[in-house]
Amino acid sequence: MREYFKNIWAAVFTVLVGMKVTFKHLFVPAVTIQYPDVKPKLPERERNRLYVNMDDCIGCDQCARACPLGIINIETVKALPTEDLKTSQGRKKALWVTNFTIDFAKCCYCQLCVFPCPTECIYMTDVYEFSEYERENLIYNFSTLTPEEIEQKKTNLSLFEAEKAKEKAAKSAAAPAPAKPVPPAAPTETKKEN
Amino acid sequence: MTYDFFYKLFGSQVIAAIIQSLLPLFVFILPFALFAVWLERKVSAHMQDRLGPMRVGWHGWLQTVADILKLIQKEDIIATANDKPLFNLAPVLVFVGTYAAFAAIPFTSAFIGSNLDLGVFFIVAVSGFVVAGILMAGWASNNKYSLLGAMRSAAQIISYEIPTVMVIITIVMITGTLNLNTLSQLQTGHFWNWMIFGGPVFGVSKFLMIPFMIISFGIIYISTLAEVNRTPFDIPEAESELVSGYHTEYSGMKFAMFFLAEYANMFAVSAIVTALFFGGYQSPIGYIGHLLGLPWLVPIEQLFWFTAKGLFFVFVQMWLRWTLPRLRVDQLMTACWKYLIPIAFADLIIIGLITLI
Repeated sequence: MREYFKNIWAAVFTVLVGMKVTFKHLFVPAVTIQYPDVKPKLPERERNRLYVNMDDCIGCDQCARACPLGIINIETVKALPTEDLKTSQGRKKALWVTNFTIDFAKCCYCQLCVFPCPTECIYMTDVYEFSEYERENLIYNFSTLTPEEIEQKKTNLSLFEAEKAKEKAAKSAAAPAPAKPVPPAAPTETKKEN
Repeated sequence: MTYDFFYKLFGSQVIAAIIQSLLPLFVFILPFALFAVWLERKVSAHMQDRLGPMRVGWHGWLQTVADILKLIQKEDIIATANDKPLFNLAPVLVFVGTYAAFAAIPFTSAFIGSNLDLGVFFIVAVSGFVVAGILMAGWASNNKYSLLGAMRSAAQIISYEIPTVMVIITIVMITGTLNLNTLSQLQTGHFWNWMIFGGPVFGVSKFLMIPFMIISFGIIYISTLAEVNRTPFDIPEAESELVSGYHTEYSGMKFAMFFLAEYANMFAVSAIVTALFFGGYQSPIGYIGHLLGLPWLVPIEQLFWFTAKGLFFVFVQMWLRWTLPRLRVDQLMTACWKYLIPIAFADLIIIGLITLI
């Protein structure tokens, strides 16, 4: 009999305790963040979508080689000695970067491409909302050159090289030196493509 | 009163009766169900430190309207193995059983669907329809979980009807009436005339009755909670074990009807508890209408008080839902047969003796 009344008391008492707890929680501010309207504060070293500052990119291909997935694709065209290309730090650029694509559909956000960059032009941004309906749209091209410009750069170079070769040929005809005309020793020799 | 008004307006008893019978559905139950679903989601969310629906309207208040619009557009799926006539009939029956209970509930002194002398008895009887509907739904779904849910529901509702009725008998014993309108009128005046505080007759018996009235109220509240299948007695629809029990197989408007019936039922039992113990539509502190000499204001105030009291008990139901875990079947039966029924019985006898004083 004692057990019986103890059970009743325990039931009533514990229910009231539980109700007190839940009632208190009615007035606790919600932890929910109204996401699209209010965005959570990201940590300082958050890794998200990459960005490439093409003004500073020298087309050295170090990031493409560091990428574990091989999703960075860089194509370059040598610049003419007459063209004066500089990075924002005043460093000389020897290449036109005609193509710089990153396939974000495959990117694993490991940040390994960021560290080798000699000019710190590739870095992580805080943008994480870039979903697309088509997979192709996730291949970002960072190159600032238009197709016409790229074409122009290529013809410029081939014209220049042809001229150089002609000069060389003329020179070698004058003085018998190396049999084969060496490609022009443009100031790009140190940072060659691939 | 409203019936007379419509009779004068249209000059036809049939039209007046139809309007009178549909009035609570469109004026009260549908808006209430929409509001209660929203309230339930908000209450549950805030009790769990979340926000709940926030995007449709101010703090998501139009969310349930949007949900209903979605449910109306949805395909009405009937599986090939379903028992089609029963399957289609079940939600209607459940809703009819719930809605019929509203006929005897006095919303104000000016509006009562039908001023039945057997009001409480009618409600208890007619809510038995719900069991039939639920069993029908579970059987016709041809789904073992639905059938399990329906069987549990039948067992539960039938068991818990006994303590409910016993408590109703105690009240009837004191007041001598089964008419809910008369019951509400008896508890007029201020809140100390409510049945929970021993009723309107002043005397020693009134004070002796108070603790037993509180026990009665606890019993009827717990057992009505079980009758409307709310947590902690929600084993018939246990989302986590029976995938919502008897309404698993329903979709679209039929599912919405079950839902509507459930929320209407929540209010119905709260209204019964209110009418029996908390003065029905009576104001606890007097009427502004009497104070200002505006008699037409009184029914409106009464509607307000009735809704407020009903909503409070609906809120407590929600509050309990997010506090207590679900009972096991044997615990459910233990709580009913070993605790509620003996206590209700003892309570009945003691209150009977007190009324003799």
